Amino acid sequence: MATIQERLQNKPYAEYAYATRPMRMTMFWRRCLIKQFYMFWKLNLKIMMMVVKGHN
Amino acid sequence: MAKVVVLGAGISGHTAALYLKKLLAKEHAVIMISPNSNYQWVPSNIWVGVGLMDPNEVKFKLAPVYQRKGIVYKQAKGISIHPEGSSVHEKPFVKIAYVTEEMQGKEEDVTYDFLVNATGPALNFKATPGLGPDLYSNSVCAYDHAHHAWHNLEKSLAKMEKGEHQTFLIGTGHALATCQGAAFEYALNIAFEIDKRKLNHLADIIWISNEYELGDFGMGGAYIKRGGYITPTSIFTASILSEYGIRWIKRAGVYKVEEGKAFYELLDGSYHEQSFDFAMLIPGFAGAGLKAYNKSGEDISATVFAANGMMKVDADYTPKPYEEWKASDWPSIYQSPYYDQVYAAGIAFAPPHSMSKPMESPNGTKIFPTPPRTGMPSGVIGKVVAQNIAYRIKTGKKDHPHTGSMARQAAACIVSAGYGFTKGQAATMTVSPIVPDWERYPEYGRDIEATVGVVGLAGHWMKLFMHYMFLYKAKAKFGWSLIPE
Ligand SMILES: Cc1cc2nc3c(=O)[nH]c(=O)nc-3n(C[C@H](O)[C@H](O)[C@H](O)COP(=O)(O)OP(=O)(O)OC[C@H]3O[C@@H](n4cnc5c(N)ncnc54)[C@H](O)[C@@H]3O)c2cc1C
Repeated sequence: MATIQERLQNKPYAEYAYATRPMRMTMFWRRCLIKQFYMFWKLNLKIMMMVVKGHN
Repeated sequence: MAKVVVLGAGISGHTAALYLKKLLAKEHAVIMISPNSNYQWVPSNIWVGVGLMDPNEVKFKLAPVYQRKGIVYKQAKGISIHPEGSSVHEKPFVKIAYVTEEMQGKEEDVTYDFLVNATGPALNFKATPGLGPDLYSNSVCAYDHAHHAWHNLEKSLAKMEKGEHQTFLIGTGHALATCQGAAFEYALNIAFEIDKRKLNHLADIIWISNEYELGDFGMGGAYIKRGGYITPTSIFTASILSEYGIRWIKRAGVYKVEEGKAFYELLDGSYHEQSFDFAMLIPGFAGAGLKAYNKSGEDISATVFAANGMMKVDADYTPKPYEEWKASDWPSIYQSPYYDQVYAAGIAFAPPHSMSKPMESPNGTKIFPTPPRTGMPSGVIGKVVAQNIAYRIKTGKKDHPHTGSMARQAAACIVSAGYGFTKGQAATMTVSPIVPDWERYPEYGRDIEATVGVVGLAGHWMKLFMHYMFLYKAKAKFGWSLIPE
């Protein structure tokens, strides 16, 4: 796998050169146990509500 | 006494059978006909395919569950349906063929008052020469395929440990394949496993897909709220692929696979080849190959089933251009328009059209994803069908108080992207409704408030939680019906 730098140097206009990439802070929040614990319940609740509302 | 026959013990049929038994009084019979003696939680096959779960962790034997619940189980395959009966049988019936060693070759006619066809997809490897686990590519569509894929992946990883470079080609193996989500998930998991072993420098992972844009996933893509913007899933997906070091080939219809080589046509009409050391390509899906006959024994399959072998239901199948597609084209009760007592649930029902815009190359090859029917809607449809049948049996009425159109239902797709309590990650995506409804939501086709796209550890926990929760539910243990589909 090429690093982002290698990719941009080798193929400056390749499609993957335009992809957004997560920054360090984003990566931190993705693994932050407190935030993720909160997200776990939030997403579960959201999905459950969506399933229940989607049929009658 | 009423007799309800369910064909197929997958997510949809198994859900239908359990609810039918729960909702109906004891004197009514629920009969399950399914060839595989196991129930499998298909979404976790991804983890089997990267060696993180054993096939035994994603499956369990059906017979004890059905025995406990009072559901009659026949380990057999439905061959044909006879919705008008025959000269021998007054009542409608299904012809089945047993598959167990002791009963091999034995056929039986099983009469019914109501029939639920939940036979899922037939994996149509033959539509792409060279495709499939018996030939040159791998599959994760069933636990045995996924286990086999892991053995081959292990070999590639071992070669990399010795310093050999490996190319991984993951995606769709047919110009009209669906289930991009599963293949995408597998690509991310392979990338994660390679990264875990610090072998990145020796890997080239390529995502190949029939989608016009990344993130189409057979549902025409979606818009999500992300980082202060309304973002198309193409950007979200490109970002994830890029983060995992995966490059991509899109608008590609794979038409042939040979040892170590896949041949594909792009939407612009050009032909290409891609070599690989390991490939996992999702086949096209077709109906289970059931036939239908009328009372005098004439073949009426072309009436009852769509051209792809899936069963026609209460959808609007009138051919019309993409611009005229409506959410209301999609079925809501999954009843056959020809036979009042016949229903099709889960992947077995024929969708009225795709969700992604049909695309054709200058050579006339149709290259676009057919519509996905993921686990969540498949389970919900199974439940809705069971509720309506139970209502009809109890009241003798013909109406359907329960509905569950995919143009009203939401779907959640949790794309696992690495395993581990603190190291795991998954992309959680929700869309509502699954089928875009441009009349109700003119701006984005869906409810933007309900649509989510987030990446993080929580998604991994959810995927793992769902694995245990849905296997618990499928085993019909205490309180199973309280767990939503
Ligand atoms: C690798 C993978 C990962 C996935 N991940 C997700 C996910 O994360 N989330 C999600 O929502 N969805 C996911 N899906 C999709 C989900 O698994 C399907 O939507 C779901 O299994 C469809 O349910 P079904 O009951 O219609 O079909 P199936 O689950 O395929 O069940 C069909 C059943 O019918 C039986 N059968 C076949 N032929 C006959 C016959 N002639 N007579 C009687 N019985 C027959 C089969 O043996 C089987 O038991 C994934 C799919 C794959 C392949």
